[in-house]
Amino acid sequence: MTTVDAFSTDPDDAVPHTPAAAAEGRLHGTPPRTPGADLPEHPDFLWKDPEPKKAYDVVIVGGGGHGLATAHYLVKNHGITNVAVLEKGWLAGGNMARNTTLIRSNYLWDESAAIYEHSLKLWEGLEEDLGYPILFSQRGVLNLAHTLQDVRDSVRRVEANVLNGVDAEWLEPDEVRKVCPIVNTSSDIRYPVLGATYQPRAGIAKHDYVGWGFARRIDEAGVDIIQGCEVTGFLRDGNRVTGVRTTRGDIACGKVALAAAGSTSVLTDMLGLRVPIQSHPLQALVSELLEPVHPTIVMSNAVHVYVSQAHKGELVMGAGVDAYNGYGQRGAFHVIERQMAAAVELFPVFARAHLLRTWGGIVDTTPDASPIVGRTPYDNVFLNCGWGTGGFKATPGVGWVFADTIANDEPHPYAAPFSLDRFVTGRLVDEHGAAAVAH
Amino acid sequence: MQMIQCPWCGPREEVEFHYGGQAHVPYPSEPAALSDEEWAHYLFFRDNTRGLYAERWSHSSGCRKWFNAVRDTVTYRFHATYRPDEPRPVTA
Repeated sequence: MTTVDAFSTDPDDAVPHTPAAAAEGRLHGTPPRTPGADLPEHPDFLWKDPEPKKAYDVVIVGGGGHGLATAHYLVKNHGITNVAVLEKGWLAGGNMARNTTLIRSNYLWDESAAIYEHSLKLWEGLEEDLGYPILFSQRGVLNLAHTLQDVRDSVRRVEANVLNGVDAEWLEPDEVRKVCPIVNTSSDIRYPVLGATYQPRAGIAKHDYVGWGFARRIDEAGVDIIQGCEVTGFLRDGNRVTGVRTTRGDIACGKVALAAAGSTSVLTDMLGLRVPIQSHPLQALVSELLEPVHPTIVMSNAVHVYVSQAHKGELVMGAGVDAYNGYGQRGAFHVIERQMAAAVELFPVFARAHLLRTWGGIVDTTPDASPIVGRTPYDNVFLNCGWGTGGFKATPGVGWVFADTIANDEPHPYAAPFSLDRFVTGRLVDEHGAAAVAH
Repeated sequence: MQMIQCPWCGPREEVEFHYGGQAHVPYPSEPAALSDEEWAHYLFFRDNTRGLYAERWSHSSGCRKWFNAVRDTVTYRFHATYRPDEPRPVTA
């Protein structure tokens, strides 16, 4: 089960040159691949749709990537299989279905680099682990610098990455052009490209397949994936939660793990637990299908857009969150307009591409732009939230450390810096503007 | 694009405004008496209401004054805007 990269330069990966085409002299070098040719067939069987049992050892609230990955590593690393994943909608249909599929680990601070690099290493073996194609394509990410301060911050981040074992280099504008020829590196634009950081191991994966791959695996292992099941309250006994009230009845549980992204504070409010998160709409959009034109991922915080090209050929674009709080899974049009202006300035070749559709997810942002993972004041309630715009890339990594935290009743070393109490102790992991993040 | 009713300038387009988060969060009356936990809650913890939410906006491209609004965080519709010294109006 190998993933074929649409932009591979390996001749073995190329679409075979057919004799007919060769005879007609239509082929010069590697021909463009047919959009969608690399997508695997759907399997006959995905996962069961069981009725909830009366009780589970662990109930995970939220059937997105994080909840499913947590269940997977509870099974795989800790042998805990009496687990339910509750999802109010349908499996992986929230932010998991709405993200822009980017995976990278070039974060500034040691704490962030540790957890995101752990995740990237897991991504590199995830297809084999899940026995399911996820189309993980390590095509690299460029984070552009447009001002002298951007350049200094970027070079600093490259050095920090290298010290943390994360692959990173600084590229001058002519080197940027070699990696991605369609970036406008001329010096006479409003925000000229002064260089970029480059993480070659960064990439994209097909987010739906990631969700389905985890779901198939945990379903095989006996985990119940219960969809259309919204948590409406908690049953409590002092400092313990003994069960969850749901739209499909009460379910008793030994431990509760919250992995509900933008809806987390709706749940924690029911527990009387205050968390420092604010939910915001985050919009993304895709163009019509294009032949392969964009070989890598390009991000720019200064003019604020990020672009990659999906396996089928759509340009997938995103930017920062809409400024106001929101739960509506849509955002304002002027935010799209602004990011389109940035995209066309950086990539003049996109000027005539048609926008096909837009969508919005609800992300949970924190004051220091870092997630909250770990224990709560309740003995048996565990919290995973606050990933803001960066949750998808963390999926296997956070699943691993959250499962470990739940199983051992103490934070995994990679989770420990992201505790809820850091907002009281002051040990913030301030990634705002420091880590090429868009919040 | 939404039109937002500035209490001083009248209806203006959304792009003229800047968002300021939850409204009616008073500065501690006795700052020196606060524990670390109370300071943390004053600085970092805000309501994250699903539904009607009282919040601050600034008419940054207009009169540059701050005001308050009651807005639905699901529909994004503004139910009321009012001056900072006015109490939160009753809205439905």
